[in-house]
Amino acid sequence: MLDTILDIVAGTFMIIGSLLSLAAGIGMLRFPDLLSRLHAATKPQVLGLFLLLAALGIELRSWAVVPILVMAWGLQLLTAPVSAHMVGRAGYRTRHLKRETLIVDELAAVVAAAEAREEREHGKKQHRTDFID
Amino acid sequence: MTIVLWICGITLSIASCLTLVRLAKGPSILERVIAMDVLLLIISGALCIEMTMNKHTDNLIFVLLACLVGFVGSVTVSRFVTDRRNA
Repeated sequence: MLDTILDIVAGTFMIIGSLLSLAAGIGMLRFPDLLSRLHAATKPQVLGLFLLLAALGIELRSWAVVPILVMAWGLQLLTAPVSAHMVGRAGYRTRHLKRETLIVDELAAVVAAAEAREEREHGKKQHRTDFID
Repeated sequence: MTIVLWICGITLSIASCLTLVRLAKGPSILERVIAMDVLLLIISGALCIEMTMNKHTDNLIFVLLACLVGFVGSVTVSRFVTDRRNA
């Protein structure tokens, strides 16, 4: 009885985790620009991996494997925001974004101030254009 | 559990096909980096499902390694990407 319930829970977790990967794939294909694709890509990184690792822990029925599962998930949880931040920042600075899709752009004032300072100190005016795919 | 395995396999296959399309099409290198990251996650998800089905933990080290390799790869590429069109 308990075995059946645990099997059903593990199977549900596995199906939902796979569906999150599918959602990431559809989002990668359908979303318009880099930042929204980044949003789609983070879905299986945290919840998807958690569900699949939880299904593994349930199906193995052992507490001994739980620490390494927690370590795998925690490592993903620590590294995912850093890499997403780096990719998003590089995308903003190399102008791979559609500004009309943004609601709030807090970085624009900082970048404008830095460009004004550069122009004052070096005296050259740079004309940069956005890179719209 | 066989039905669950079939559903997960088909879902992950469709997801990796969609990600490969984005990997081939992606207008910039950053899109390709994200697509590679998602592909790596799909592969580690498939490893997890295989472990769950056959009830062993042999691939757990590969899941950890995939996480670390994806992190190092995307951070390195986005560190060295440049604004070539406006240079």
